Amino acid sequence: MSADSSRQRYTLSGLSFAVIRPVMGLIDIPLRALQRVGGQTGMAAFFILPNMAVFTIFVLVPFVINFVYSMTGGIEIFLNQRDFVGAYQYKEIFSCADYLEPATCKQDGFWTAAQNTAMFVVLQVALLIAVSLITAVILNREIIGRSFWRAVFFFPVLLSPVVVGLIWRWILQRDGLLNAILFELFGADQFNWLVDRTAAFAATIGVSIWAHMGFYTLILLAGLQAIPKDLYEAAEMDGTPRSRVFWRITMPLLMPNLLVVLVLALIRAVQVFDEVFVLTGGGPGTSTMYIVQYIYEMGFASELRNPGLAAAASILMGAVLIVLTLLQMAAARRNEKKGAN
Amino acid sequence: MNSKTILAAAGLALLTTTTALAGDVRIMWYSDGVEGEVLKDLLSRFSEENPGINVIVDEVAYSVIKEQLPVQLAGGNGPDIARVTDIKNLAEYWLDLTPYLSDPETWKKNYGAQADWMRVDGSDAITGFMTQITLTGGFANKTLFEQAGVELPGNDATWAEWVEASSKVAESQQLPFAFAIDRSGHRIAGPAISYGAKFIGEDGMPNPVDDGMKAFIADFVKWNEDGSHAKDVWVSAAGTTYRPATDDFINAQTAFYYSGSWQVANLDTKIDGAFDWVATGSPCGPEACTGMPGGAAVVAIKDTKNPEEVAKVMEYLASTPVAKEFAERTLFLPANKEVIAGGLDFDTDSQAVKDVLNTFVAATETTAPEAQALPAWKWAGPYYSALVSRVSQVIAGELTLEDAYARIDSDMADKVKQAQ
Repeated sequence: MSADSSRQRYTLSGLSFAVIRPVMGLIDIPLRALQRVGGQTGMAAFFILPNMAVFTIFVLVPFVINFVYSMTGGIEIFLNQRDFVGAYQYKEIFSCADYLEPATCKQDGFWTAAQNTAMFVVLQVALLIAVSLITAVILNREIIGRSFWRAVFFFPVLLSPVVVGLIWRWILQRDGLLNAILFELFGADQFNWLVDRTAAFAATIGVSIWAHMGFYTLILLAGLQAIPKDLYEAAEMDGTPRSRVFWRITMPLLMPNLLVVLVLALIRAVQVFDEVFVLTGGGPGTSTMYIVQYIYEMGFASELRNPGLAAAASILMGAVLIVLTLLQMAAARRNEKKGAN
Repeated sequence: MNSKTILAAAGLALLTTTTALAGDVRIMWYSDGVEGEVLKDLLSRFSEENPGINVIVDEVAYSVIKEQLPVQLAGGNGPDIARVTDIKNLAEYWLDLTPYLSDPETWKKNYGAQADWMRVDGSDAITGFMTQITLTGGFANKTLFEQAGVELPGNDATWAEWVEASSKVAESQQLPFAFAIDRSGHRIAGPAISYGAKFIGEDGMPNPVDDGMKAFIADFVKWNEDGSHAKDVWVSAAGTTYRPATDDFINAQTAFYYSGSWQVANLDTKIDGAFDWVATGSPCGPEACTGMPGGAAVVAIKDTKNPEEVAKVMEYLASTPVAKEFAERTLFLPANKEVIAGGLDFDTDSQAVKDVLNTFVAATETTAPEAQALPAWKWAGPYYSALVSRVSQVIAGELTLEDAYARIDSDMADKVKQAQ
């Protein structure tokens, strides 16, 4: 087969050609004029403008409004009816004898939620990446039913977080599926997984990993498949042990994907709310109440809601997210430089 | 048809679909049971008699009433009428119907007892009426008590006696726990008042946690720790989240369940003869044997563009024959004095359900003055929130009792400061 015949040829039918050509001609005139006036930079700005407008309206403006909210007090909902109180809400949050001991803080709920979130982020992200990586490495091999297994691991990603929470609640509650299985197999007594503090905390981590790992596995799988096969063939010919191949070839070449996974997983973990809210409601006590639930409680659920405090808490959470993102960007840049050298 | 005509027609169509027309009355309504269906049936008769008034019922989840309606009201975009339970705190948004009603005096006579619950302090406005009066109270699984050979405690039995009897039933019948109270500050308010708790201070502001409140909370925590009370219900959520224990009672997992009269239709439908159950009224404490009154109100909204039409709809729904039919078909306790005086023939074949409803009617006789005052007290809701979140933390082992008492007081001080 010649190169020419293997290439698919796309042609416009007569009607399409008759319509598209004049339209393209019309668009072409202002674009050329714009390029003459603004040059290449002006053209770039012109094309990025719609995106920036959407970003401004739906991200930047709400962020600024939220910041202004955090400087107001009272119980009114609308900004123009609220009193300006300066940094009062932030002072309330930071009014603490010992930040590691929430009971000594005026807003003990905030610090409890912040500590819970920090612990959740560290454990969930570390475990999530480890599990996703192991799964991706296994699914990258020539195993029987590989496509089926990929679908199985990706399936929970398609579920609504509320559905995830409900499914696992039915499994873990006192008279749930897990206790029934344990009773059938071992005659075990009913254990209240969602009332025990440690078990409930572990459950939120486990369920969150189960629900999201498919997405990260997919990213890592794409990275693994992009690694040239000849590197592995060369290592095999040299008789390099598998563990050394993994640490010296796979991991360095997978690092850009791992960084993406790390950034996304961190941001998502800090924002954890929906499936946990359905699963544990933040309990037992406040042991699985994370920062977004605290903000929700303050701003929307409690009697005499406190929008100012909720806004201040969300600004602090946003600040943490920005710092995390900047750190990850710096790490990515360093990694790129290393790769270039 | 030219393009201008098409555009004008499209514009008009858009306007008519999004703008309330003169004569439109929009009702935001949530249901606990069948009352949405009953309401629509009653309104269909109203519409036949009043063809000029177009009543639209928006049936929504209770969470919409709780979380979205206050925002809509603050923005002036609310419905014309709404069915609400946060009656006092939002009273500034209710319309004074007095100038629009054909017979305000009859309205005051029939619904005057709860008028203060739904108007700002010091006002004499007529803003709405209670669709039902509720009273918290207990339900016992009579079959389980009989199987265990345990006598149902009598009318004057104390909380301790009920817990002891239920525990015997739980032990005999291998139940996971003896009794359960919904996770709600409102639900434990009655028992706390029975122990002597005073919510309202002499100045009308929140009273610091007193000995009566401390005594009840201490007992309640103890019952959770020794496994008499369903720990799942109060510990399995943080903050102010509401958790009922209804399913545990329906599934015969508990011998005694403390909730309220609004559960009657729900329990009747779901238990469906699987076991015999009875209403028990409220167990006694050292000071009283009281439940907490409450209920849902239908209120007119101040920002309505059609106050005359709204008043007509409200007057129809509040009228004695309509209120009577509504109560009989929904199995709710009515607020209308004429309806109560005339007696009710509840729309059920079950004598047991009729007995249950009569028990609740009888229990209203023992409601303590403090409990009667709470529905009209603006700090009741915030106090309930503080109670439920802090007591849960004690049961979960996060706070000591003394810390919890101090936190409830500081939470209330914060709320008062925030509202000023």
